[in-house]
Amino acid sequence: MTFSPELEAKFDKLMKSYPPGRLRSALVPMLLFGQDELGSITPELIDEIVNRIGVTRLQVQEVLSYYSMLHTKPLGRHHVQVCTNISCLLRGGDKLWDHVCERTGLKNKEVSADGQVSIEEVECIGACSWAPAVQVNYDFHHNVTREELDRLLDGLEKKQ
Amino acid sequence: MSDLVHLTIDGKPIEAPAGTLLIDAVRKYGIEIPAFCYYEGLALQAACRMCLVEVEKMPKLQTACTLPVAEGMVVRTETPVVADARKAMLELVLTNHPLDCPVCDKGGECELQDMTFRYGAGEGRFNETKQHIDEKQWSPVVFFDRPRCILCYRCVRICNEGMGVAALGIANRAVTSEIIPNEADHLNCDECGMCIDVCPVGALTSGPYRYKTRPWEMDHIATICAHCADGCKTTLGVRNNSIIRANNRDHSGLNGDFLCVKGRFAFDYGASQERLQTPLARVDGKLEPISWTRALKTIAAKFGEVRQRGGAFGVIGSNHTTNEENYYLQKFARQGLGTNNIDHHRTGDVITLIDALAGKGGQLATVEDIYNAPAVVVLGCDLSHQHPMLAYQLRANVRHHQAQIYPITPGPVREDNQATRSLRVDKGGEVEALGSLAAELKQAGGVVILYGDPVKGDAVRKLVDFGESLGVPVKYVALVDYSNSRGAIEMGLTPELLPGMTPSNTGGMRIGQMLASTDLDVLWVVGANPLKNRAALAGKPFLVVQDLFRTETAEQADIVLPAGSAYEKNGTVTNVCGQVQMLKKGIGAMGTKTDLDIFALLAKEMKLDLGPATPDALLAEIRTTVKGYDVVLAVLATGGAAMTGVNGPVAIDVPVDAIHSANDTMYTSGSISRYSKALTSLMEYPGELYSGKSK
Ligand code: SF4
Ligand code: SF4
Ligand code: SF4
Ligand code: FES
Ligand code: FES
Repeated sequence: MTFSPELEAKFDKLMKSYPPGRLRSALVPMLLFGQDELGSITPELIDEIVNRIGVTRLQVQEVLSYYSMLHTKPLGRHHVQVCTNISCLLRGGDKLWDHVCERTGLKNKEVSADGQVSIEEVECIGACSWAPAVQVNYDFHHNVTREELDRLLDGLEKKQ
Repeated sequence: MSDLVHLTIDGKPIEAPAGTLLIDAVRKYGIEIPAFCYYEGLALQAACRMCLVEVEKMPKLQTACTLPVAEGMVVRTETPVVADARKAMLELVLTNHPLDCPVCDKGGECELQDMTFRYGAGEGRFNETKQHIDEKQWSPVVFFDRPRCILCYRCVRICNEGMGVAALGIANRAVTSEIIPNEADHLNCDECGMCIDVCPVGALTSGPYRYKTRPWEMDHIATICAHCADGCKTTLGVRNNSIIRANNRDHSGLNGDFLCVKGRFAFDYGASQERLQTPLARVDGKLEPISWTRALKTIAAKFGEVRQRGGAFGVIGSNHTTNEENYYLQKFARQGLGTNNIDHHRTGDVITLIDALAGKGGQLATVEDIYNAPAVVVLGCDLSHQHPMLAYQLRANVRHHQAQIYPITPGPVREDNQATRSLRVDKGGEVEALGSLAAELKQAGGVVILYGDPVKGDAVRKLVDFGESLGVPVKYVALVDYSNSRGAIEMGLTPELLPGMTPSNTGGMRIGQMLASTDLDVLWVVGANPLKNRAALAGKPFLVVQDLFRTETAEQADIVLPAGSAYEKNGTVTNVCGQVQMLKKGIGAMGTKTDLDIFALLAKEMKLDLGPATPDALLAEIRTTVKGYDVVLAVLATGGAAMTGVNGPVAIDVPVDAIHSANDTMYTSGSISRYSKALTSLMEYPGELYSGKSK
């Protein structure tokens, strides 16, 4: 399959980044970058990676099922991830999550009918010092309040 | 690495070579540290924490499966703290375990059951409802029960490392982790059942064995696999005179824990519905049942009459009968019938090798050598398919000793994955290609060379010349096909050679000549199927066939005698490397007799004096009279393998055109495979690994 020149460049760089015999280390970043471009990890993407770095499909399956940030079904254009792990929970992360569910009418990992927004309750995203934390795609939002969350979601709707 | 380290275990001073893992070091001293995930010879996992021990000066309990011994170390393996820790681990392992021991195949020989018993972890504090997940069938032979799995990853590692197949993986994480097969809902693999064998619990179970018995209701009989020439030791689980299971229970012998799909599942051919249970004789052109007495009398009368008038006999022996049977058969032919027309299907050129190595001694490799050699070259053989156990040992050699391996074959083979270098040459060009490896092999400092049937005659001599030119120790294996192919040659089942590879210096017909001859009065075929292609015999000899089944050859016979299988007799067989091992009778089959008993009864009927015809007496005779077979009885009797010392020169012209491997695959076993339900059920899974489709 053909990828954008940018993705090809990223793949090329990865293929050169590991010592001989360790090419399989490129698996996770390749899946992530591929997912960014295609919206999800498709069978075609897997085939391509299998051929390029010589891992088995079974190995890809193991990695896919292990990492929660790898998705085989398309996400919304804006993937809203609310942390409800311990630090965030203590600072109201669970309430933020309830709010997101209510406002969007979506359940965990569901995508809105127009494909714009999906939501996910996630474990610690490494932003405990600024809990509660919310991540939209790759952007972090710290010390999030309910009002800020609303503004954030309004903003996403406007971006549509 | 061989420096000895001194340490104290449970108050006892012990020593072990530096680098030894604690869990292994204590075994020799009668101390067992429990383990679920640790499995000797495989990569360390340290997943189960059952092997925790107290080590002085170390703040926390340590995993004995990953801790190398150290000088002055003081270890306690069974203290209240240790016992508590293990009990806690068991409590966790049992959180979602169904505890269905009463209906679990593993009950009675389950490591989890034993540990729970040992540490009294009978009560758990978790009161969550257990999650049931339905059992899955992954292939005709492999079943998986997720809730019983304790996630020790032994199955994954044996399949990756031991088999080189990598058909099992782990999906998800934490409590939802589960073992998955490579094709979503089924396995595309060797179907070797190694994963079932290593599973410490009843999570992986065997199709043919499941729900047939409780383990303690079986008798366990240690014998040798009846299929290929590698000579794996196997323990037959026998109940009510039928074999229910085969696994190498005590991991002794040349194969350790290994059995391939044939050894593990294809013991069932003897129980086939098509098994002959009575002699047959041709009446009005059709084979009809007759009694043993009449059959033997008829044959004896015919043999006697032909002998009397100086008629011509032909005798075709088997690649599966025991050394004792082969030895007695050639005696019968040569002394009893006065013929040297005796042969068998030759599958590899052993004879030229023995001749080329004349006077050198010690250059025949054993299975152990394949595991230890710094470098191994495989010429003209798809080792993983044709010699699964040798291939398994070779993979272990690469893992444990970083052996260099060099497959030289016409197409891709599994050994390529671990090869230092693979050479692709046309059949017949293997030896020529070796030259390019000379420098590397010299450097390695020791080589074992295995060669298949494309290398024969002069090519074998060139091969040995090449080996000699390296100036490092080189050992050889002439690859042959079946469980006693080697013993057929060495017990004199060729016209050229008497037992012990002594030239007969007498002419005699080979198989091809016998089939094409119009002069034979009698053709006696023992455990062979030379008319597999249904070709008609050129002449009209009186055809006697001893076999388990109505093979194509039996269909043409005048008399067919139902014979016993290798699992139904005592005796010895010689494996591909020349190592002798003992068969032990596991079961009997109604209406049949062993080939040896048939020979003896015929000899008696013909009033021939060929000496005693029991396996023990014949083995004694072989040990004292056959060159190279003066093996130590105690080694055989205790289930060991004794290396033969057959030595050249063997000054004969080897008929190289008569040498053809049957090129069996992992799922075939000559004429036997079609009678094995297990093997025929697996034919749908032809191991696409080789066609490259699954990778
Ligand atoms: S049967 Fe053998 S090859 Fe198949 S998954 Fe189990 S260990 Fe691997
Ligand atoms: S299936 Fe058996 S061998 Fe495999 S991880 Fe589970 S318990 Fe261990
Ligand atoms: S490798 Fe050969 S001897 Fe061993 S189990 Fe398989 S068929 Fe039997
Ligand atoms: S707990 Fe939410 S970021 Fe760490
Ligand atoms: S045996 Fe040591 S952790 Fe499993």
